[in-house]
Amino acid sequence: MRPRVDLRERPELLLVPAVFVIALLVWEFAVPAFGVDDYLLPRPSQIFDALRTQLADPLFWRHLKVTVLESLYGFLLAAGAALVLGTAISQMRLIERTFMPYIVAFQTVPKAALAPLFVVWFGFGMASKVVMAAVIAFFPMLVNVVEGLRSADADRVQMLTVFGAGKFEVFTMVRLPSALPFIFAGLEIGVVFSILGAVVGEFIGAKEGLGYLLLQTNYNFDIAGMFAVLVVLSVLGLIAHFIIRLAQRRFVFWTQESRVIGA
Amino acid sequence: MAMRTPGRRRRRLNALPPPDVDEGRWIEVDGLHKSYQPRRSEPTHALSDIAFTVRRGEFISVVGPSGCGKTTMLKILAGLIPRSEGAVRVAGRDVAGPLPEVGMVFQAATLLPWRTILQNVMVPVEVRKLDARVYRERAERLLAMVGLDGYEGKYPHELSGGMQQRAGICRALVHDPAVLLMDEPFGALDAMTREYMNVELLRIWRESGQTIVCVTHSIPEAVFLSDRVVVLSPRPGRIAEIVDIELERPRALGVMASDRAGVYVQRIRKHFNAIGVIDS
Repeated sequence: MRPRVDLRERPELLLVPAVFVIALLVWEFAVPAFGVDDYLLPRPSQIFDALRTQLADPLFWRHLKVTVLESLYGFLLAAGAALVLGTAISQMRLIERTFMPYIVAFQTVPKAALAPLFVVWFGFGMASKVVMAAVIAFFPMLVNVVEGLRSADADRVQMLTVFGAGKFEVFTMVRLPSALPFIFAGLEIGVVFSILGAVVGEFIGAKEGLGYLLLQTNYNFDIAGMFAVLVVLSVLGLIAHFIIRLAQRRFVFWTQESRVIGA
Repeated sequence: MAMRTPGRRRRRLNALPPPDVDEGRWIEVDGLHKSYQPRRSEPTHALSDIAFTVRRGEFISVVGPSGCGKTTMLKILAGLIPRSEGAVRVAGRDVAGPLPEVGMVFQAATLLPWRTILQNVMVPVEVRKLDARVYRERAERLLAMVGLDGYEGKYPHELSGGMQQRAGICRALVHDPAVLLMDEPFGALDAMTREYMNVELLRIWRESGQTIVCVTHSIPEAVFLSDRVVVLSPRPGRIAEIVDIELERPRALGVMASDRAGVYVQRIRKHFNAIGVIDS
């Protein structure tokens, strides 16, 4: 039994697609009207054609698969590292004091600039992109894990203590669940960042992947093709974001609050 | 000496049933003193020379102006914070940390929002690693007793404030503690719910037979609930008077309209008026 959606209460359900359609229409007709060369700024219909051609090409799916896997592995690597290190930092003063300066210093390094180095170290294959994705996605997730594990309500901790809980029980029964909204906020940023990292890595040196395809279409001056890849990348980001959201709804059912901490 | 390490070992010892204890001195506080020593400044005295005993099954309330240390005293009884001097014994056992004989009700219900009501009530059982099957039945009985049967599988946010606090009381009672400590348990509730909860609490107390120490800042509430009211003076908290409340039980809310109840309220309030503190 799904309640009928009342458009008067949620006008955005109509307005969001309306803006999209109107923007596309304006674009479609304004480009020739202002005399812009459509090989510089292709019209939406041309981009759509390019997209159709690419989707029909098995090679394109190969590129897509590579980028998805690189992002996924990078994301999982970064998420795992952020959980382990974040837990250690939030629970042990000594570790925080020792390592936090290094982590902050590392964060100030423009990580895209490391991509050539990773290509030298890890080669033209997937490994260098996985590392790049992981490095870029790691920090926002770490910050959220640390903040989240510190966010536990003092009264709840005290309640458990009265009933005889030790540090471990307090961690599993209060600190970890309290951290979940933060952790999911971090995952949401991290998953988008990991796609970014993979594409940046592919720019620097790769034989396949959507970033590589983006460069190829660029070299061939196939601007409509470039836009088509951009559309695919955006959709990829949206889907990833959506999956995390779904998981969050399921695991953090008791609250909708999510204080996002950016990188 | 070095062999007796506190912590895990002590918790194990505490799991034993309490030894034979004088039921007239079920809770024993003697010469209790608490001061805080901030770095590089004079110590602050929170409690000074507190002494009283509580009989088994007795209901006592602690009242006092804000900041008199009544919550500090309760936390010392709960083993949450250490005392500076004096002896504190609960059910014959020295309080050196949270005891399994103690249950506690907090000002806010402090339920865990990711657990169902039943799972919340079972928290002490889980933490103390007691037999979940045995205590699950007891938890369900307690929930039924406070009128929450049918809510076992609901989450806290689906319940009203009063219902949440009743679940909090069940949680404090689930492991059948010898002593129930309450820290302004109804302070967060509206006046109507609060009166209703007072009546409920007396009924629960009558059925469960726990020894209760209840901190409150409402003098009428203390008079209505208690066998005796411990009145604390402002900081540093000392015992100004211990008032025996000789109103017949069981009590209904109507008793508060009686002259005798009014006399008790006035007598306690006098302590606060004398020092110019108007606290409820």
